Formats: sequence, C-alpha cells, structure tokens
Amino acid sequence: MNSSQLFGITTLTYLLSSAFYIGLLIFKNKKIGLIGLGLAIFGATALTAALGLRWYESYQLGIGHAPLTNMYESLVFFAWCTTLFYIFLEFKFKIRVVGAFVMPFAFTAMAYASFAKGINQQINPLIPALQSNWLIAHVMTCFIGYAAFAVAGGLGLMYLLKKSAVNRGLAENSLTGGLPELKIIDDLTHKTIIFGFMWLTAGIITGAVWANEAWGTYWSWDPKETWSIITWFVYALTLHARFTRGWSGSRIAWLAIIGFISVFFTYFGVNFLLSGLHSYGSS
Amino acid sequence: MATKSKNPVWVFFASVKLALFLLITLASTSIIGTVIQQNQPAGQYVQQYGENMAGLIQMLSIDDMYNSWWFLALLGIFSLNLIICSLERIPNVIRIIRKDNLTTNPERLHKMRLHKSIQLSGSPAAAQQAVTDYLAGCGWKTKSRDKENGPLLFSQKGGWTRFGVYIVHVSILTILLGAVIGSSNFAQKVLHKPDFAFKGSIMVPESQETDFIFAFQSGDKIDLGFTIRCNYFTIEYYDNGMPKTYLSKVSVLEDGRPVPLKNGETVHNLEVNRPLTYKGITFYQSSYQPYSDFLVNITNTNSGEGHTHNSIISEGKQIEFADDNISFGIINQETRGEAVQRVKIWFTDNQGDPSIFWLNNDQEAVIERPSGEYTLRVKQLYATGLQVTKDPGVWWVYTGCGMMLFGLFVAFFMSHRKIWAHVYEDDGQPTVIFAGSANKNKVGFEKIFTALVDGFKESKKV
Repeated sequence: MNSSQLFGITTLTYLLSSAFYIGLLIFKNKKIGLIGLGLAIFGATALTAALGLRWYESYQLGIGHAPLTNMYESLVFFAWCTTLFYIFLEFKFKIRVVGAFVMPFAFTAMAYASFAKGINQQINPLIPALQSNWLIAHVMTCFIGYAAFAVAGGLGLMYLLKKSAVNRGLAENSLTGGLPELKIIDDLTHKTIIFGFMWLTAGIITGAVWANEAWGTYWSWDPKETWSIITWFVYALTLHARFTRGWSGSRIAWLAIIGFISVFFTYFGVNFLLSGLHSYGSS
Repeated sequence: MATKSKNPVWVFFASVKLALFLLITLASTSIIGTVIQQNQPAGQYVQQYGENMAGLIQMLSIDDMYNSWWFLALLGIFSLNLIICSLERIPNVIRIIRKDNLTTNPERLHKMRLHKSIQLSGSPAAAQQAVTDYLAGCGWKTKSRDKENGPLLFSQKGGWTRFGVYIVHVSILTILLGAVIGSSNFAQKVLHKPDFAFKGSIMVPESQETDFIFAFQSGDKIDLGFTIRCNYFTIEYYDNGMPKTYLSKVSVLEDGRPVPLKNGETVHNLEVNRPLTYKGITFYQSSYQPYSDFLVNITNTNSGEGHTHNSIISEGKQIEFADDNISFGIINQETRGEAVQRVKIWFTDNQGDPSIFWLNNDQEAVIERPSGEYTLRVKQLYATGLQVTKDPGVWWVYTGCGMMLFGLFVAFFMSHRKIWAHVYEDDGQPTVIFAGSANKNKVGFEKIFTALVDGFKESKKV
C-alpha cells in the first residue's frame, strides 16, 4: 500500500459520504446520515494515514519534509482540515445535515488534486526558501482557518436556502425542512467565523515572521499577502457588523459566502491568475 | 466625555460606521495592487493600459499604491478611528467593571436568567458564613452588604476581559507604529537619518569585502559601520537538478579583524532562512552571480603552511609565484549553463614537463612534482547577493502580533462573569438564592453556574 492508493480511497469515500449526506438532506432518514458520518470518519482516517505515509515516503526518498509544499499537498491538506473540522462540529453541535454542504467541498478538493491537469503529484525536494520550521506552522494555521471558512461558507449557503424556503412558505417536509433552525445556523456560522478568524490571524502572523526570516521583510504587499489581508478585512468587517451593529441572519450569511470567495481567491486565484512570491504553491 | 461627544469631528472618528467603511475601502482598494503589477517602469503601463490609463495610474500612484499618499492616508484615518473609538468606549468599560454590584436589589436576582434558591438549616449568620466559605473555596471571593432582609454577597471574575477588543485595537496600532519605525522612507524623509532604517542589497565576490550597501529604490550608498566579507559561496543541487542550498560563508570585520559572531565563531554559514544579524543589521542570502574568473589556491606541502598562494585568474592567463618558482594557468573549461563543471589545468615548477590535467570545480588535487608536492584547488568565482536590512521597528510589529492573538482570544473566548448570593429568611427558614451572569459564552457559564450551585447543595447534605 502506498500513499497514492490511500489518497484514491479517500477521494472515493468522500464522494460516497457527500452522496449520503445529500441523501440525508433529501430523505431525512437518520440512518443515511449516520452512514455519511461513518464514511467521513473512515475517509478522514484514510487521509490521515495517507498524509503520514507520504511524509514517510519523502524520507525514504532522502528528501524528508512535511507534505505541505505544493498545490497537490495543500489541496489534500485542505480536504483533511475541512473534514476533521466538520466532524468535530457534528459531534459538538449535533447538526448532521450540514455535511451535505461541507463534504462536497472536501471531495472537490481531493478530486481536483487527483485529476486536474497541471497538478504535480510527485514528492519533490524542498527549495531553499521552503527549508524552514515555519513551513509547518504557517501552512497549518492558514489551512485550519481556510477549513473553518469553507464550513462557514457552507453554513451561509444553507442559511440562505432555508431562509428563502421559509419566506416562500414551503412546508416542513420540503427539501429544506430537514435543515436546522435559522437561529442555530446563524449562531454556528458566527462561531465558525470566529474560530477561522483566530487561525487566519495566526496564519498571517506566522507567514510574516517567516518572510522576515527568509527575505528580510515581514510584509511586501505580494498578491498572496495582500489577498490574505483583504480576507482578514472582510471577516473583521463581518465581526464588527455583528458585534456593534447587531447584524445577523441573511447579511451575515452573505458575508460568510463573500468571505469564503475571498479565501478561495487567496488560496487559488492568486496562484493561477497573479504572479508573486508564493509561486511554488501553484504546481 | 460629554463635552467631547458634542464635537462633530470627534463623533465622526469615533463611529463604527466609519470603521466599517474603512474596512470595506481598504479591502476593495487593496485588490487594485494585486491586479495591476506594482513598481514597473512607466513605459510598461503605457504599453499595457494605453496612454490615458497609464496617466491615471501615475497620477494616483497606483504603480506603487501601497505607499501612495491616498492609501497611507486611509491607514492614517484607520488608526485615528481605532484610537478615538477606543478612547470613546473605554471609560464606559471602566464604569462597567467598577460598578458596585452590591447595590443590586435582591429582588432582581429572582428575575435573572440564571438563578437557583436553596433552603438551609441553622441560623442565618451560619448560612451566610457557609455560602461565603463555599464560594471562596471555589475561587469566588465575595464581598457582602446587608440588605433589608439579609446580606447580599457578590463576586466577579474576568472583568478585565472586557478590554480584549481594545487589546486588539492597540495591537493594530502597535504593528502600524512598528511599520513606521522600520520604514526607510520615514528614516530618510522625516528623521533625515537614512541609516536608522533601510533595506538594500550588495553583491560581494568571494574573497572580497564591503563596508557599505546600496539602498533599494534610491540607490543611495549606506555605510554599515563595519565590514562584511564573503569567504566562499556555493550552490548545492538535488539529484533532479533542483537547487538544494545557496550557501555563503561570511565574516564580519572590525578594524580589519574578524569578530566572533553569535555562534561564537568568526564565520557564519549564511543560507536562505538562516540570516546573520550584527549590530541590528541583518544579512540575507538572496541571489548570486557567477563570474568567468577563478579562485586559485596552491600550497607547497613541503615548505609548510606559509607557502599558500591565493589568487584570482581568468582562463588563458598565466600566473607565476616566483618564491616557489611555479607557474599556473587554466587552458580549458567545461560548463553547464553558467556553472563551471571542470577546468583543464596547466602547472609547472620549471623542472621537467608541465602537468596538464582536468580537475573538477572546487575539488582539491595533489600534484607530485620534482620540486615536491603541491595541493591545488580551483573554483569558479561567484559573488553572493546579500539583501541587507535594518528594521528597528520589527520588535514592535512582533509585539503587536502577539498582543493581537492574545487580545482576540480574550475578546472571543473569555468573559466577565458575576455571581450573586442573597441569604434571607423564607418562612422562618434561612434560604440562599444564587444568581449569575456572563457577558459572553453564556452556554459555558451556565454549566459553571449549575455545577457551582449543585456543588453547594451537595456540601449541605453531608
């Protein structure tokens, strides 16, 4: 068994898990949801093993480093963080159906990593700029934040769907009937954003300290840095709007979605559309 | 405060609306600089965007927008907004923290969301003592005041956590202050001391030294106040050809003598991610330049240490070391890209035929000659490119970053918790009512409150 087989198993498991969670959304059968959760846990376990194995394999190649150094590895790590964060949420807040809005993200990341053109799956040695202990701290903090924001974005979408169904007076047995109450989704979105905001802040700070160590400047307005601060502003705005102006509901749901678009651009768009210091993340 | 709040300027800068507007504006204008490439020559903007757009770009300094007057002004207003909105609200927070909670009417306790009454036995005085002792034992030191129908006890924790959000505000100001202190523009234009804070670079060929660098942008020469020497530079590669290490061995010299560095030695292995800091100035491995010259190092092992010759030579040139009566030249070379792989050496001690052989770059060779044994090393000459930074503001920035994480944690996850207990007589029996409130994380506090009250009930059973 090698890591790429395990990555394949994970991708398949996430697809099934997404399908079962969506099944739960449609049929509102608790057993279907339980299978979805079981698959998510199994997939996350396989992915943990796969990441560990890939780490080990890099040492076998004599170029040992944590599997966090290119687009392929970061996508996989994003899927890992998102699933673990979601499983944690499900156990803490008992809101199974949210999986229908989160697991597809994790599956998409895995599938994109595995099948998209131009994504290099090889384990490559580390270029000098990446040879630092800050690598793990920086990537981990950022991606925990990204994962939380992905979940918050999913929750925002869920809120808006439920809200529009409520507004149109759709009955409880419609598609959105199985979703948690609006107040609960709203509260969860808010908590998730707070959690993500802490980690994004830590991610930007570790990145700044590392940049100062490697390049002699903690902030150079490189597109990746700039987009991370744009994202930070968007969520800072969201939190202020809620705390001081009492915003909630649809407006916060929209901000959660806009925030995630900004995260997505920070992570993806910058690498593919703009040029800058973070270019090693794009292949 | 009341007089100040009437001042419309003050009200404007204290408002949250301004904060929201600034966050939106900073976020959206920041996008411009990620789409339009920064710090390009003027001609390129004309080529890319046309004459008119390029004019606009120049007028609004969009080619260097994060240092433009309008972006810095936005950051300035943002800072003012942070300061004034904090000043406006902090007195109120102090009032809340200092509030005398013993003036609370005991009747209100029954209306609080979290409250619980427990009947006790014995005298009211003993009951009061029991409640006081129990709460103190659980870490809630109480103050008490006698009310009409019995004493009211109060205890609070985490009042200071109400400052969490202001810790975050101050942290942002600290970071911005650090950025100003470390800014080379500020050092040049305001302090008129360009060596107070700068960023620049210098190329230092191997075996050479420098006591100045060139500042970025202005290109001005800045004296270091000491000398830095590059002893050696090399690039190591992985098997697949990717670069593995860029390494410069550097020394710092004062009055011509190498000084011990932080590692206790006089040589620092400068690599990417392993900078060298000396007297507040930090050197980073940032680039390199291969030359067509060679560094030659020849030792006559018979005559001992003293007879080592170092020199720089180009291909096709011959050099002589008269005291050892030897001559040396490089007559051919093999390169991959700009990097020399091996060189063909011509060497003679003027006794018998000259030695001619291929030698790998930077590898030692031993030559047996009629006059004795020589060791020889030939290395392609490189210059190391150092980025040189002096940033006295960086510790402000780091302190601000630490404060920000701490402040966010306090603001989001810690709360101001209050517990009241009122001991009164109900049908001639001493009764205590507990009540509590927290400004945040109410679910978590409810658990603490319930456990506290249940614990008291348990302790009374024994």
